[in-house]
Amino acid sequence: MPDAFLIHAALAGVGLMLAAGPLGAFVVWRRMAYMGDATAHAALLGVALALLSDLPVALGTALVALAVASLVTVLSSRDRAADTILGVLAHSALAIGLVAISFAPQVRSDLSAFLFGDILTVSLADLAWIWGGAAIVLGLLAWRWNALLTATVNEELAQAAGLDPRRERFVLTVALALVVAVAIKIVGALLISAMLIVPAAAARSFARTPEGMALIAVLIGCASVLAGLWGSFTYDTPAGPSIVTAAAALFAFSLAKGRRAR
Amino acid sequence: MWRPWAFAPPAAGCPMPLIEAQGLGVRRGSHDILRGVNFRIAGGEIVTVLGPNGSGKSTLIRALIGLEPGSSGAVTRKPGLRIGYVPQRLHVDAALPMTVRRFLSLPRPVSDAVAAEALGRTGVAGLERRQVSALSGGQLQRVLLARALLSAPEILILDEPTQGLDQPGEAAFYKLLEEVRAETGAAVLMVSHDLHVVMRASDRVICLNGHVCCEGTPEIVSAAPEYRALFGMGTGGALALYRHMHDHDHVHDGCDHDHDHHHHEGADA
Repeated sequence: MPDAFLIHAALAGVGLMLAAGPLGAFVVWRRMAYMGDATAHAALLGVALALLSDLPVALGTALVALAVASLVTVLSSRDRAADTILGVLAHSALAIGLVAISFAPQVRSDLSAFLFGDILTVSLADLAWIWGGAAIVLGLLAWRWNALLTATVNEELAQAAGLDPRRERFVLTVALALVVAVAIKIVGALLISAMLIVPAAAARSFARTPEGMALIAVLIGCASVLAGLWGSFTYDTPAGPSIVTAAAALFAFSLAKGRRAR
Repeated sequence: MWRPWAFAPPAAGCPMPLIEAQGLGVRRGSHDILRGVNFRIAGGEIVTVLGPNGSGKSTLIRALIGLEPGSSGAVTRKPGLRIGYVPQRLHVDAALPMTVRRFLSLPRPVSDAVAAEALGRTGVAGLERRQVSALSGGQLQRVLLARALLSAPEILILDEPTQGLDQPGEAAFYKLLEEVRAETGAAVLMVSHDLHVVMRASDRVICLNGHVCCEGTPEIVSAAPEYRALFGMGTGGALALYRHMHDHDHVHDGCDHDHDHHHHEGADA
């Protein structure tokens, strides 16, 4: 029987991937990687502000992530070639977050936990927050699934069918902010986008439909979490980066499989 | 100014328009893309919007659907209007796996039987399991049309539907559109920059270059000086544009281009 902290860690990672798998598929389909980065990096600023104002960290993270994700959504929908702006935002958010966090002395010593996650110290309360957040994201995506997919394929098509592409973008923005707030404890601000993008990208080679890709992304993500935790436990490596390393290995394997299938 | 449509029968006898634009203007930055466009389409009509590249054709379509906010004027659609839309180009990202069957169920799920019937109607039966990103240009257009027909549309809107098709493919596609109109009674609004096939398949042609240059039946429009100024003397295609660009007598009888003739330089940019 593994230790309780490992079970908590595994449950936390699996909970995150239930939401990050399908959302990551949308991030890949809509080429929102930079948006994921900007939102995730802004979460660090949220941590700093929450600690400085005595708010719960999860709440501060979610609010600031939502604000930045909304800003990025507005900017990128106005100008389709917003790549540079998003790059600027993503990295400035990280830098500003690091500066802000230096004003919260109690975090300074523990900075790496927010940058790379601290999945091995997940408490039952954390687990409740993670699974609750994941359930909300999953529910949101399931509710809007067909509309989101239509708007992703072609916004004019969606509009002509009576949908509002802006509303669907906003749904994804909210989902992204929630996943970031959930994931910062697990893999840290620097590697959140990796948990969104890598499993979804790995799932592409195995899928024929969008739903298949979302499901396979969840499975690959969960496998990465378990393999990463095992590696971290066995070789005493940091847990968050180990999980992403495992996901990257699965992605490399999927490329080989994809080539053979073609 | 010669306005053949001014002699058209009064609108009172016409059925209620499906979509109507009055004095529509669209501005992007400091550039007027559309100015003072009046437009209406009634049930069962086939209307084609013609114009050179950069004349605002796609913008007009987007504004009529409601995707592009107008900066002036108004667009009214019949309440609850069912639009079947075929976009100019559907690029399904290679990262998005999507079978034809799944695509037909966007955004509203349809049964296998209905999907198969729609594909059969547009001449691409049996493509259900193919990936949308792997279809040829002609197959994709027909799949898009099949999908547009699923909502039993009152109006089909097609933005350059035959781009990337060869000439026989183009003719076959327009024939298919006429059949669909005859069967379903749906109005058809198309955008095009090619002249010949479209002219024959249309009830009414609107010649657009930032504003409506001329409008009427294909015969009237092809004889209109505004049309000739835009497209040359009817040779069509690249030669017509070439002539247009080098033909310096275009003081444009009635076609008031107060945007400094920028479209000449930008015509094929």
